[in-house]
Amino acid sequence: MSLILDSIGLRVGEEVVIDDVSLALERGTMNVLLGPTLAGKTTLMRLMAGLDRPTTGRLLLDGKDVTGLPVRRRSVAMVYQQFVNYPSLSVYENIASPLRVARLPKAEIEARVAQAARVLRLENLLQRSPAQLSGGQQQRTAIARALVKRADLVLLDEPLANLDYKLREELREQLPRIFAESNAILVYATTEPTEALLLGGQTATLWQGRVTQHGPTPAVYRRPDNIAAARVFSDPPLNELAVDKRGALIVTEAGRQLPATGMLANLRDGSYRIAFRCDDVTIDAGANGLPGFPGTVSVTELSGSESFVHVDVGIGTWVCLVSGVHDWQPGAAVEVHVDMRRAFAFDAEGALAAAPAMAASA
Amino acid sequence: MARITLDGIAHAYARNPQSPQDYALQPLHHVWEQGKAYALLGPSGCGKTTLLNIISGLVIPSEGRLLFDERDVTRLPTEQRNIAQVFQFPVIYDTMTVAENLAFPLRNRKVRRPQIAARVADIAAMLELTPYLNRRARGLTADAKQKISLGRGLVRSDVSAVLFDEPLTVIDPALKWELRSKLKAVHRALDLLMIYVTHDQTEALTFADRVVVLNEGRAVQIGTPEELFERPEHTFVGYFIGSPGMNLLPAQVAGTRAQVGDCEVQLGAAYPAMPADARIQIGVRPDFVTLAPTRGLKVQVRRVDDLGRKRLAHVSLAGHPMVAMVPDGMATIGAEAFVNLDAAHVLVYRDDVRVEGVAA
Amino acid sequence: MNDKPWNNRAWFFVLPVLAFVLFSSIVPMMTVVNYSIQDSMGVNNFFWNGDAWFRELLDPSTEIGARFAGALVRTFAFSLTCLAIELPLGIAIALCLPRRGWSIGASLVLIALPMLIPWNVVGTIWQIFTRADIGLFGAVLTGIGLPYNVTQDPVSAWVTIVVIDVWHWTPLVILLSYAGLRAIPDAFYQAARIDGASRWAVFIKIELPKLQKVLVIATLLRFMQTFMIYTEPVVVTGGGPGNATTFLSIDLVKIAIGQVDLGKAAAMSLVYNLIIITVCWVFYTVMTQLERRRDA
Repeated sequence: MSLILDSIGLRVGEEVVIDDVSLALERGTMNVLLGPTLAGKTTLMRLMAGLDRPTTGRLLLDGKDVTGLPVRRRSVAMVYQQFVNYPSLSVYENIASPLRVARLPKAEIEARVAQAARVLRLENLLQRSPAQLSGGQQQRTAIARALVKRADLVLLDEPLANLDYKLREELREQLPRIFAESNAILVYATTEPTEALLLGGQTATLWQGRVTQHGPTPAVYRRPDNIAAARVFSDPPLNELAVDKRGALIVTEAGRQLPATGMLANLRDGSYRIAFRCDDVTIDAGANGLPGFPGTVSVTELSGSESFVHVDVGIGTWVCLVSGVHDWQPGAAVEVHVDMRRAFAFDAEGALAAAPAMAASA
Repeated sequence: MARITLDGIAHAYARNPQSPQDYALQPLHHVWEQGKAYALLGPSGCGKTTLLNIISGLVIPSEGRLLFDERDVTRLPTEQRNIAQVFQFPVIYDTMTVAENLAFPLRNRKVRRPQIAARVADIAAMLELTPYLNRRARGLTADAKQKISLGRGLVRSDVSAVLFDEPLTVIDPALKWELRSKLKAVHRALDLLMIYVTHDQTEALTFADRVVVLNEGRAVQIGTPEELFERPEHTFVGYFIGSPGMNLLPAQVAGTRAQVGDCEVQLGAAYPAMPADARIQIGVRPDFVTLAPTRGLKVQVRRVDDLGRKRLAHVSLAGHPMVAMVPDGMATIGAEAFVNLDAAHVLVYRDDVRVEGVAA
Repeated sequence: MNDKPWNNRAWFFVLPVLAFVLFSSIVPMMTVVNYSIQDSMGVNNFFWNGDAWFRELLDPSTEIGARFAGALVRTFAFSLTCLAIELPLGIAIALCLPRRGWSIGASLVLIALPMLIPWNVVGTIWQIFTRADIGLFGAVLTGIGLPYNVTQDPVSAWVTIVVIDVWHWTPLVILLSYAGLRAIPDAFYQAARIDGASRWAVFIKIELPKLQKVLVIATLLRFMQTFMIYTEPVVVTGGGPGNATTFLSIDLVKIAIGQVDLGKAAAMSLVYNLIIITVCWVFYTVMTQLERRRDA
């Protein structure tokens, strides 16, 4: 059972909002749409649901063309970023509402609502009204409502974005488990790469209305096909270095020359962007053979057990991950060492020219 | 103003609060010093916004005194308090340009024109708003509007404290980094007391010199980011700070060893005997728990999360859930494995409060 | 962009409404247009008159033209006076209304009461109210020495009609403004306090800009209603003294039904309709253009 988007496009007036998207989404896996705000995630989900009609392309559900089919004839459930619940109904009635519309027998409604309430731990909140619930409880009610419908396609549009940080962590862990038995096609839109990595499954990176890459999440992370996919899938932002390759040397914008080693040696001469993530650099690690770039610290961000140091290296600001809690003062002079073996090289069109060999992962 | 003192500040909405549950904010004693940045960190409903509003004067506390230096300002109206506040969503005056927005607080205080112009130019330069000065404030992006809100607070020379109420909530995630660095840079440039309310630990730990962790109206721990990470005084702090939070396992503690089910864990200090009816737990952050293929404490591996730059293994030690770090070199992980705990970072909690051990 | 289902059964639901609108609005409207281009001799004897009625109407030197011009000026003056009083007054009262607690409901109900009274009952109430012998309003005014006489003094008649309209319809402005004010988030007021803004500055720089959309609606509604005023002046002053309070609608009825000059009346009512639509359209377009330019 799969949902296939075949060259789906959407034009609004002069603007191309969605540009030639082709995706195959499978049942039983979490399909993540990753992209910055306004990349087109919500629009794409609306097209999948049938709330909007694409200007070009077809939508195939299990081989059947459903492009023109209105949303009320499709089996779709959607969970939004804002906790959308009927304010005048109790939690029980909220969860039961799609079943009542479908005119299921009373016993069936009770059974399904009880099951959903159990999975989402809402059993002793069933008689409350949404106004009396906390944010997390309201969102769980909305998710329960999507769950009872047993829809073929479940769309989650940044459902955890309005929740507290810790609550988001907890719910995120539970989500795959919640929908595991329903065997629906799950689509989850998010702006955070960490969330995509935690949800696993398959990821499609979106950039300005087009899908730049689609594949198993760790693979897309480790081997982005193009610089747009790499940028989308990096948090903190990707560190980039514009270079020219001439023979055996790589020359930076500042005129610095480095030997072209490893996979960079095999590149054709020309201009490239070398990109590396924050964990591929070290600071002041002493002589370790890696090329060092001097710079000054602009700010250090602390996040629990990790520190992200923003260093101004003249040709840009790079973010470096250092484990532990360190607080380099702004203005401190440091040297950033880049492990070129773990960097990506993208050519002038943004396509991947060289990448580190994918490390075997568990 | 050199300091703000909270002397038994508490707030309850009911008239006669009987028990701690009746308080939105339980009695708090603290001194905030000028030039430092503080964060109020906690989940929704923990009382952090109430505390912020008490300091800014939008809420009058039901108990206690608020002192700016030696002056009792508990009941002083907001406009006389020399503070500025930046709210969750940008508050700008639609009909005015950016420059007029920034000048507004000074015009209300009847400052002279040339001084206003100079000050507006200074603040605009600091916040990188100079190219927008003559544009209408209405058409700008959310992060520019928040900078304007901040600028309005900084432009007054009599402001000694700036309060932030979750200011990055509506900012695009891609721009949050920039704004966070900007806030930190501003803090360094001006010698102001800054108080920052948030539920996001990254913001709190980055921004503040000291963090006040609040839960259900109570200040659970006040400390530097390092202290909160290395030595959480309360299990709530262990859980809330760090992603993922601290592992907590019920245990029996005797001397330098703790017993979790049938596993023995080595501790970094010696602990006295604990009363039998107390709830004893050992806490250790996942950062200090390493998965290993051969030696250590035996665990069942439930699943492994690949976060790109690190991998977390969700395991089960003697039936209790635990999270461990997977070292880079470990390629395959079976259903069973071992964990090694860094003894120096295993802490003991009795009824959720940390117990200090004696160095062994 | 929404794909709505196509179902022919829907026509059955729409047909009764269509028929109703047809018979109550469109057919009578076309009849009026018909009359406006014809003249009648005797009963049921119509012949083509082209645009003669219209030309006569718009020429102030003719009798009908003069009446039309006079009534038009009076009606515009009335509308503008009422707007000038009702809008600021409505906003001012809305600002004073409570924001929290049970008193909100009580105040809103009390304020809305005048709007609930049928219009000719309003006229009758005020007719008695303004009498110098048994009416409170009339008695008090003559008691303090003001030369108040509704039936004989044009100024008194005007003042009375304006007061009636203000009393009757300011509650609409109050309710609309109150709703608009409640929509302003608290943080704006808090920020203004911190910025040291005076109450007046808060009004001008926060409340008024945010009330703009509401005020456009209120102005449009009030303009249309005051421009079409009929019942109250007819009941209270009868259009007098003389023609001091004879507004367009009253004049129209006199010509159409009193004099049975259907042609002139039809032409007048069409021009009347056109004026209202034009003014409203111009006002609305200007306001939305201003807003669009401001947002850009």
